[in-house]
Amino acid sequence: MLEIITFSTLNGVLYGMVLFMLASGLTLIFSMMGVLNFAHASFYMLGAYFGFEISRRIGFWPALIVAPILVGIVGALVERFGLRRVHKFGHVPELLFTFGLAFVIEEVVQMIWGKLPVDYRVPPSLDFTAFRLFDTTYPAYKMFMLAIAIGMFVALLVVLNKTRVGLIIQASLTHPNTVAMLGHDVPTIFMAVFGAGSALAGLAGVIAGPAFVTQPAMAALLGPILFVVIVVGGLGSLGGAFAASLLIGLVQTFAVAINGSLADIFGASAADWFGDLGTVTVAQIAPIIPYFLLVLVLIIKPTGLFGTRET
Amino acid sequence: MRRALASSFIALSVAMGSAYAADTIKIAYIDPLSGGGASVGEVGLKHFQWLAEQINASGGVIGKKLEILGLDNKTNPQESLVQAQKAIDQGAHFLTQGNGSSVGAALTDFAVKNNDRNPDKQVLYLNYAAVDPVLTNDKCNFWHFRWDANSDIKMQALTNYMKDKPNIKKVYLINQDYSFGESVRTEARKMLKAKRPDVQIVGDEKHPLLKITDFAPYVAKIKASGADTVITGNWGQDIALLLKAAADAGLQVDWYTYYAGGAGGPTAIKQSNIPDRVFAIVEGVPNDEPAETQKIEQEFRTKYGTTFWYPRVYNEVYMLAQAIKDANSDEPKAVAAKLEGMKFKTFMGGEGYMRKDDHQFFQDMYIANLGPLPAGAKFDEEGTGWGWKTQGVVKAKDTELPTTCKMDRPS
Repeated sequence: MLEIITFSTLNGVLYGMVLFMLASGLTLIFSMMGVLNFAHASFYMLGAYFGFEISRRIGFWPALIVAPILVGIVGALVERFGLRRVHKFGHVPELLFTFGLAFVIEEVVQMIWGKLPVDYRVPPSLDFTAFRLFDTTYPAYKMFMLAIAIGMFVALLVVLNKTRVGLIIQASLTHPNTVAMLGHDVPTIFMAVFGAGSALAGLAGVIAGPAFVTQPAMAALLGPILFVVIVVGGLGSLGGAFAASLLIGLVQTFAVAINGSLADIFGASAADWFGDLGTVTVAQIAPIIPYFLLVLVLIIKPTGLFGTRET
Repeated sequence: MRRALASSFIALSVAMGSAYAADTIKIAYIDPLSGGGASVGEVGLKHFQWLAEQINASGGVIGKKLEILGLDNKTNPQESLVQAQKAIDQGAHFLTQGNGSSVGAALTDFAVKNNDRNPDKQVLYLNYAAVDPVLTNDKCNFWHFRWDANSDIKMQALTNYMKDKPNIKKVYLINQDYSFGESVRTEARKMLKAKRPDVQIVGDEKHPLLKITDFAPYVAKIKASGADTVITGNWGQDIALLLKAAADAGLQVDWYTYYAGGAGGPTAIKQSNIPDRVFAIVEGVPNDEPAETQKIEQEFRTKYGTTFWYPRVYNEVYMLAQAIKDANSDEPKAVAAKLEGMKFKTFMGGEGYMRKDDHQFFQDMYIANLGPLPAGAKFDEEGTGWGWKTQGVVKAKDTELPTTCKMDRPS
């Protein structure tokens, strides 16, 4: 029992931190620009493919630096030459723009790298066992992912709380109009935040690519969960995004570990009351629990766990 | 708008005109070429293309060339029907599919309805891997033929082998959450109970089909259950990633699988360093193939860099060619009549036969495990140096299970 709790916690925190690497950028972009960026997970995918391509040419470590920067540049260009033009016409065209962009990126990735998963492997220097606990081994690479994710979280906190740029960004989160009136160049801030957010997603892609699977469907698999994270966490709240990422990571992992069903709680008669639902285990419905949470939060507390504003 | 419509009509009619004038025999391959099933779908397509090339190089069938249309169904039943319609519009008389019994069920219904409504555009559905037993039992029909042993037959063979293994005490079942996974787990439970009542089932997992990218939580659960043996019908990335996560966690169990040989499987098994502990039920073992078949195996491997996974596809394509020759026509009804009851020397050299009652093909089945090869063995898997070794053979006759099929033949 202790064993499964330990490993579920580890796996859950890891998954949660990867989610946060994406959700942090997404929530910043969403709060500042009011754009629900449907293509955000596509930048994560681009990060994985760039990481794959660069690491097979010049090695994994350079890829860890170069790939996120490239993704950041792509993101900034998308904002500068795409989103900013569409911005004039309001939020719905912006939404449609990012929606379309996600499909375009997926198609382009398929054209370049094919539809099959690419062989993006854990670098040999990290391909060993980190520790052994209760006779189960834990790969070093996952510890490395965790370290990167925590490092990124700390860096983000420092930048947002201790620097002037961070102050402006925080102010734009809650009072975008006031910031503009104070004379700051809001479009450039937008571009920088969009670029930085994409770069973070790219970094998540570079490190998640070898651990999960680098394939054209990876963006579509992760995208919906991200929206759950930012809605549950609350708009304009990085802390909320962090809490929600961990919550969803842990909930999904622990749900897999639970075998209970309604029939176990209510006895055999559950089958009469709930039909097939009575015998479905929690583990089986694990993938839909986040969406259930999404619906609940929207009904009970539309601003999310830590949200301060609605739009 | 009107012009666009008009021009697309012209384009359409030109395309259709050329399709009907064609003197090729079209086989539409409807399987995943993208998404989680693509790693196996792509290789399957290569099998068909290569076999068609071989047959065409020796003159084709009744003076016509075989042509394979590769159509991506994304492992989605709805998408498959769209692709099937597309194939018929392009003049295909034969559909073939294997990945996903949910897709298989949709296609077999589609074939029945289509052939009823459009007697001049009938199709056969040639199934090389969708193994849900229902397809040759309650849902059987004249237009469907299956070359892979169905799930019950495979489980029968696996459990017959497991029966004599005293080290199996605690079994964990993990399967994909759809009709096929469901049939694997219920049959495993039923047969183990009958053959090894002392075996304890310590877990019975169903997970979403082809959606999981990290099986670590599931492996942690298997580990915690204290299982010494895992039975799984997983295929595609679901088996490769499951084995990979098990390797990462250092899980030491015996595996009884249907498809551990698929892309990425052998690599993960080697990484786990569990020699001879992963078993698969297959219809062919490369190192035990007759000499002439090993030549095919070698040519295929040299050309595509992958194992000839699907001996059953060889059986399917050559039996189809034979049936077309016998009927001297590629009309689906005539071909189906010839396929019924056909006897055939299989890829592995044994005798196989297409049972007339339910259109299920029976052939010798092999239980093999993966490990270091004995000296002189030619074929390893995925460059690991490990290969499949035969542990048991079940004769075609002994794989026969009764069917509930009441075949309705068109007059």
